[in-house]
Amino acid sequence: MSGEFLRIEGVGKTYVSGGKTSHVLADIDLAIDAGEYISIIGHSGCGKSTLLNIIGGLTRATTGAVILDHSEVNSPGPDRAIVFQNHSLLPWLTAYENVRLAVDKVSGGTRSRAERHDWTLHNLELVHMAHARDKRPAEVSGGMKQRIGIARALAMEPKVLLLDEPFGALDALTRAHLQDQVMQIHMKLRNTVIMITHDVDEAVLLSDRIVMMTNGPAAQIGQLLTVPLARPRNRLEAASDPIYLNCREAVLRFLYERHRYVEAA
Amino acid sequence: MPLTSQDPRVLPQLPNAATSEAPRPRHGASAATTRLAPLLRRLLANTLPPLIAVALLGLIWQLLTGAPGSGMPSPVQIWSEAHDLIVDPFFNHGSQDIGLGLRVLVSLQRVAIGFGLAAIVGVLLGTLIGQSVWAMRGLDPIFQVLRTVPPLAWLPLALAAFRDANPSAIFVIFITAIWPVIINTAVGIRNIPQDYRNVAAVLRLNSIEFFWRIMVPSAAPYIFTGLRIGIGLSWLAIVAAEMLTGGVGIGFFIWDAWNSSRLPDIIVALLYIGVVGFLLDRLVALIGRLATRGTAA
Ligand SMILES: Nc1ncnc2c1ncn2[C@@H]1O[C@H](COP(=O)(O)OP(=O)(O)OP(=O)(O)O)[C@@H](O)[C@H]1O
Ligand SMILES: [Mg+2]
Repeated sequence: MSGEFLRIEGVGKTYVSGGKTSHVLADIDLAIDAGEYISIIGHSGCGKSTLLNIIGGLTRATTGAVILDHSEVNSPGPDRAIVFQNHSLLPWLTAYENVRLAVDKVSGGTRSRAERHDWTLHNLELVHMAHARDKRPAEVSGGMKQRIGIARALAMEPKVLLLDEPFGALDALTRAHLQDQVMQIHMKLRNTVIMITHDVDEAVLLSDRIVMMTNGPAAQIGQLLTVPLARPRNRLEAASDPIYLNCREAVLRFLYERHRYVEAA
Repeated sequence: MPLTSQDPRVLPQLPNAATSEAPRPRHGASAATTRLAPLLRRLLANTLPPLIAVALLGLIWQLLTGAPGSGMPSPVQIWSEAHDLIVDPFFNHGSQDIGLGLRVLVSLQRVAIGFGLAAIVGVLLGTLIGQSVWAMRGLDPIFQVLRTVPPLAWLPLALAAFRDANPSAIFVIFITAIWPVIINTAVGIRNIPQDYRNVAAVLRLNSIEFFWRIMVPSAAPYIFTGLRIGIGLSWLAIVAAEMLTGGVGIGFFIWDAWNSSRLPDIIVALLYIGVVGFLLDRLVALIGRLATRGTAA
């Protein structure tokens, strides 16, 4: 089976506001296998979040369709859990309660109370946040918030995990640490992941394939790059691996030579 | 549209209620200190200035009104003529001869019923209106007009409708307090961040779950701002309403004292009203602070 799991077919998006139409995405075609780790990279404002939100069902595509596991996506749902650009935890709930809300909602009918409790804790442990389970989002650091957001998404046992710049607002050390954790989780659970990023190293290190988008308006997929690095990957070893360096160069070349960021676009 | 104001506190122009700060939690403000000295110093720093200010004002007051033949009672005169009212708030010598504490309780009971109803109905109406752009557009101008009607202007209508003083007074409280509650709740509902709506959408929360898990907590700071303004207005209205409807409330006491020229009694009653109003405001603020703990992201 190749590309049968998640198919993005001719997706385009046009916003009409106040009589002005703006073409954000045009004709995006992409086929993704189960268990693949895909990164989407592109300059700011080109429409990455828009594409992710279409896959998540939060935004309707103007043309085309998204087909997940043989059925068309047309509303949001827990089978496509999203980790938002700005964590989006509910600030009045503790870390545990934030995850538990998702667990109760998604597996309220299939798991007993005790099982839901264990499952909540299990997912907090996956991201190493069990120690802060009774803290509210305001009481933990940015990296910890992002981890709780990931735990909440994982707890839904989604078919696809959608990450919108999950580490965007973090310092380099925390970012590296979380990347390692996400890689471990991906190795362990083999879930399908689509991640938006601005960071070339992050894209190359984590992904099986990198989707490079052209600048808007009417952004398209400019190039698809397969990263044939063996897993598990180690950031130190990878850094001097010729495959890694080649991929990195290809992405950089795409971003800074062929599709340089144009301020007016 | 006037309701898009980011700051719901500015809605009703009431000096004491409108300037109160929004009920935001203060994290770690009470770092536990084991030493007593700084605690004592802080206590003194907080209590000494008001005490000095009160003493000075009292002195000025005494100097201005102490001369014989002055139209206003001086503090000394108030103490000598009305100290029974001051020292024992809860004496009970028969129907109209009771302590001010008991009178305040009667007034508070009316406020509790009227304001309680206003809170429940106001939050529900505000929630409905906040969800619909059209309801907001249609009803907002009406509310903006109605909320400026002075409380007592409702009284004749209420008396005509209920034919009884007590429900009329309660209705005046209700109709006075409900507008800021509705308006602030609606603004709070409108301002629920898109992020939370997205979370709810991904989790497929149904409308009841959405109401309890997202709407109420997210709008709580706004709701409590509305409630706090509402309780201030209620207390203003009850005193005025009781002056006209009679009964044993604190408002009627003032009217009665005026009719029998007992100015010192009136001043004592004013102090009671001020202190109780202040406590009510603080009470709602405290409940709000407890209920909205952690809502600041
Ligand atoms: N609701 C909307 N109405 C009109 N235009 C919109 C709307 N949402 C997004 N856009 C436009 O679509 C374009 C793509 O936005 P999007 O948020 O997808 O970019 P992005 O690639 O995620 O950017 P960033 O990397 O900065 O997050 C932007 O030019 C934006 O102005
Ligand atoms: Mg984005």
